[in-house]
Amino acid sequence: MEATRFIISTSPHIRDPITTRKIMCQVIVALAPVTLYSLVIHGVHGFYVIASSIAGALLGELAVQKARRLPVTLDDCSALLTGLLLALTLPPRVNWWIALVAGTVATVLGKQIFGGLGHNLFNPALVGRAVAFVSWAAYMTAGYVKSAAIGIANTPAHKAIEKAVDVAGGASPLAAMKIVYDPSLSPVGPGGVPHGIQASSYYKPLLLANPWGCLGEVSALLLVLGGIYLAVTRIIDWRIPVIYVGTVAVLTAITGRDPLFYTLAGGLLIGAIFMATDYTTSPLAPRGKVIYALGLGLVTWLLRFWSNNPEGVMFAILFMNGLVPIIDRYILPRTYGKVARPKEASGP
Amino acid sequence: MRIGAGISAGWRKRIRGGVHPPDNKHYTAEKPITRMEAPELVAIPLSQHIGAPCSPKVGRGDRVLVGTVIGDSEAFVSAPVHSSVSGTVREIAPHPHPVGGESPAVIIENDGLYERDPSLQPLPWEDMEPEDIRRAVRAAGMVGLGGAAFPTHVKLAPPREFPIDTVILNGAECEPFLTADYRLMLEHTEEVVEGLRIIMKAVGAPRAVIAVEDNKPLAVRKLAEVVRDPAIELRTLRTRYPQGAEKVLVTNLLGREVPSGGLPMHVGVVVNNVGTARAIAHYFRTGLPLVERVVTVTGSVIREPSNLLVPLGTSFAAAVEACGGFMSHPAKVIMGGPMMGLAQHTLEVPVVKGTSGIVVLSDQEAAYEIPREPVCIRCGRCVEACPMNLIPTYLATFSYRERWEEARRLSINDCIECGCCTYACPTRNPMVQLIKFGKAELARLKAAEERRARDREANAGKEGGGGSN
Repeated sequence: MEATRFIISTSPHIRDPITTRKIMCQVIVALAPVTLYSLVIHGVHGFYVIASSIAGALLGELAVQKARRLPVTLDDCSALLTGLLLALTLPPRVNWWIALVAGTVATVLGKQIFGGLGHNLFNPALVGRAVAFVSWAAYMTAGYVKSAAIGIANTPAHKAIEKAVDVAGGASPLAAMKIVYDPSLSPVGPGGVPHGIQASSYYKPLLLANPWGCLGEVSALLLVLGGIYLAVTRIIDWRIPVIYVGTVAVLTAITGRDPLFYTLAGGLLIGAIFMATDYTTSPLAPRGKVIYALGLGLVTWLLRFWSNNPEGVMFAILFMNGLVPIIDRYILPRTYGKVARPKEASGP
Repeated sequence: MRIGAGISAGWRKRIRGGVHPPDNKHYTAEKPITRMEAPELVAIPLSQHIGAPCSPKVGRGDRVLVGTVIGDSEAFVSAPVHSSVSGTVREIAPHPHPVGGESPAVIIENDGLYERDPSLQPLPWEDMEPEDIRRAVRAAGMVGLGGAAFPTHVKLAPPREFPIDTVILNGAECEPFLTADYRLMLEHTEEVVEGLRIIMKAVGAPRAVIAVEDNKPLAVRKLAEVVRDPAIELRTLRTRYPQGAEKVLVTNLLGREVPSGGLPMHVGVVVNNVGTARAIAHYFRTGLPLVERVVTVTGSVIREPSNLLVPLGTSFAAAVEACGGFMSHPAKVIMGGPMMGLAQHTLEVPVVKGTSGIVVLSDQEAAYEIPREPVCIRCGRCVEACPMNLIPTYLATFSYRERWEEARRLSINDCIECGCCTYACPTRNPMVQLIKFGKAELARLKAAEERRARDREANAGKEGGGGSN
C-alpha cells in the first residue's frame, strides 16, 4: 500500500456542523420578519436607522481589528447582528448619525475593548443604546412616532396604526399607562392621554402593529414567533425569556396592574428573547440562567414602576450582565459523583 | 439515608448530557462477521492493556502455535498475550503501536496452518469456583474489549468490602460507525449471554442488566429470545452518545452515582462489554484464549466496509486490504470510534485487543478548522453536552492558562474525556484536548509534590538516625 500521510489529532474526530456564523445567521433570520415589518411601518426612516447602525457596528469592529492587526472577523456575522439588534432598539426617527455612533460604540466599547467576541461583559447592542440614550436623550425621545400624521400614511398598515395612535393620543403605551396608574405624575397627561384608557385596548395594536415604540417593537407577535424559532432550533435557551417575562408578568399582577399589557408593551419581549439570551453576557449553566432570568424580571419590574422612566428593560439587562461573572462563579452545576456541591469558599 | 430517595431516583438521577452525532452505522450494520486470514507477518505487542506490560516468553526462532503464551507478567494488573497464528518468532522488536509511539512486539512469521496449542481445553465453568474462573480469565488474556482494554480478571476481583450486586453488560455501542458489538449480539447471542453468566458467577452478583441502545431493535429481540434467566434484565437505552460510558450506564440503569474518583464497584456494580462476555464464553467453550477479535473496518473511503474477525497482530493495512482497500483518499485513520478513538499515523500498526474499529475518514469528513487560540462565545453547548455536569469551557481555559487550582476547583479530574463538549462547540475549541493536557499536568505536579514530600521525610529520617547514634 502506498505511503500516505494521515491527519493526526486528538479525539473527537467529528464535529457538530454548527458554527458561530450559523448561530448568528439564525438569530438574524429570527429577526428578519420583525425587521421587514418595521420597514413596512416606518418606511425609509427605519431603513436609515438600521443601515447606519449596522454600518457603525461593522466599521467599529473593522477599525479595532485593523488597528490591533488581528484577523478581521466580520464574516462571523456577530457585528452585523449587533448592529441590527441595536437598530431595532432605537426610535424609528432618530437621527442617522446617532445610530451610526451608537453602532460604533456598540462594537468598540461594548465588545472589542474587552477582547472581542466572547469576552465582553455587557450586551454590546445595549451598550450602544445606553450611550445614545444618555448622550442624546432629547433626540432619542423626539425619535418616536407621536402622531398618526407622521410618515405612516400610505403604508399597508396605515389603518391599524392610525387607529392605534388615536387610542394612545401620542404617548407611548408604557408612558400612558404609567400616568393612568399613577395620575399624580401628570394630571393633564402628555399629549392629552385620556385618563380612563384601558390597558386592554392596547393588546391588539401591540401584538400586530405598534408604531410608538422602537423599530423592533412593531409587533409582539413577530418577536414571539422569532423567539419560538430560536428556542426550537436550540439557538437560545428557552428558560431565559420564559422566566424573565414570566417574572415580570407575575410581579406586575401582584402589583395590581395588567400583566399582559406589561408583557407586550415596551422592550420586554425583544429584550427577553434577543438581548437577555446573548451567550456571552448571560450565565453558562442552566441554574445560573434561571437566577439571571429571575433577577432580570425583578429589576425590570422595579425600574418600570419605581423609577422616572416608564421602561426598565435596557438597564435591567445591563445590570444583570454585570452580575453574570458572579453567578457563573458560584452557581455551578452539581458535578457528577460529588455528594455535595463543590465548595465555593475557595474564592479570593 | 433519606427516606423516599429511592422512589424518585429513577428520573432525577438520569444523566441529561450527551450529544447525537450521525451514527453512520449503515456502512456495516448489515454485514455479518467474516473471518480474515492473518497476513504473513503478525506483530503482537507485549502491552495491549492498561497496566504492566508483559515480558516476552518466547525467543527468536521459537515455534509458536495458536494460543501459545508469548508474553506474561507477574503484576496483578496485567494480562498475558498469546500468539494468534502458528509459525516462527522472527524477532522481538519495537513496532508501531496504535496507542502511540513504538513498543516491543513479538513478530511472528505465519505458517498459515493455524495449528492450535494442544494444551487448550474447554473449561466447565459451571463446576468452577469464582477464584478459578478469575484465574482462567486471566490466563485467557482477557481485557475489556470495548476499547479501554482494562484486564478483566481485575474487574472480576472486587475487594471484599465492595460486594457486587449487579453486573451490567454494555451493549450500548454508542460510538458512531462501530457495529462489532451489534453483530456479536446478533450472531453470537448465546455466547454473549453465557459470558454474562460466567461474569455473574465470578463476582457473585445475583442479578444483571443487559443494556442496548434503542437503535438496535434486532439485537434486543434476539437477546430477549435467548435470555431466559429471570435474574437477567434486558433494558433499552435512548440512543445518545456517551450512553455506553461506564458511569453513565450505572446511573441511567440503576440510579446510582459512582463517586468522584471511584469505580462502579464502589456502588456494587461491575460493567463489562458484550464483546468481552462473548470472548470469555468462547474461551470456556473452546479453550481458545483472546487471539482474535471483531473489528469494524468502515468509513466512506473503504471499498467494502465490514465486520471482520481479525487475528491480533494483523496490521491495519492488511485489515483494510481485506475490505477491498480505499476507494478514495484516506485523510484520517482512527482506531476505535470517531468520538474517542485514536488517530493513527501509519497503517503498519497492528490490531490489538482494544481495537473495536478501524474508522477511516475522507478529506471532507476529517476537515474542520481549529482556532489558533481557544475561542469561547459562552453559548453553553459544552455545559449542556457534558454528562458529568462540568463546565468544559472553563476547564479548557484554565488548562490553557495553566491555572491549575481553578481547574481542580471545577473538578477537572471528573472529566471522562468523552468529547461531547468538543463535538458540540461552534467555535471548534479543542476543549477535551486541553482538559486531557490539564489532567496530565495536574497528575505530574501531584507526583512531583509527593516526591518532594518523600525526599523531605527521608532526609529528616537520616538526620534523626544520625542523632541517635
